[in-house]
Amino acid sequence: MKHITKLLWIMLFAFAGSASAAADLEVNTPAIAAVKASMQARHNSLSTYYASGAVGLTRDGNVAVRDASLVPLAARQSVNGLVADENRDRAALYREIARANGHPEWEAEVRSTFAQRWIDKAASGWWVQNAGGAWVKK
Amino acid sequence: MQKRLVGTLVAIGLITTGCVTINIYFPAAAAEKAADKIIDEVWQLKPEAKPDAKSGKPANPAAENKGEVK
Repeated sequence: MKHITKLLWIMLFAFAGSASAAADLEVNTPAIAAVKASMQARHNSLSTYYASGAVGLTRDGNVAVRDASLVPLAARQSVNGLVADENRDRAALYREIARANGHPEWEAEVRSTFAQRWIDKAASGWWVQNAGGAWVKK
Repeated sequence: MQKRLVGTLVAIGLITTGCVTINIYFPAAAAEKAADKIIDEVWQLKPEAKPDAKSGKPANPAAENKGEVK
């Protein structure tokens, strides 16, 4: 009987150890990799518009057309498409990260973490939204 | 003896429930780290690079594979 008790304690500590070791978020799933690749491929096109100020980074973790007049008329349609596709990928990214970690309800928090980091990492000259939603140039 | 076993089981129950409870909190620091890693990859920034390369062109595309230690 004593042995069983001992064994149970060992199992308990093994479990507690493994539970607390999961400090990193899982981000290496096929779904996340696919979204990342798609966003990476799009970035070359989008970065031109970030730099010109036509497209900016929003405070909610998306991108948005900030000033369409900075885009030649012929390219406006394609910018709108780029922005829509990017936002679709970003939504998928946030959702997949939350899901990959077993907590779909974390999606909003993942999004707001990303929103802050996209803005922090934006190059100078790019436009980002501040906490009040106003556009500011970095 | 029987009592002790029951006590142990109850303790295990309580402690494991505690672990699960702790885990439902959003791991903000880990999320930030994950976000940084993904953003560096998507924007092809080197971890220590200044966001100076405004032209958006990475000097060497191989940089994207240089993931940080997880």
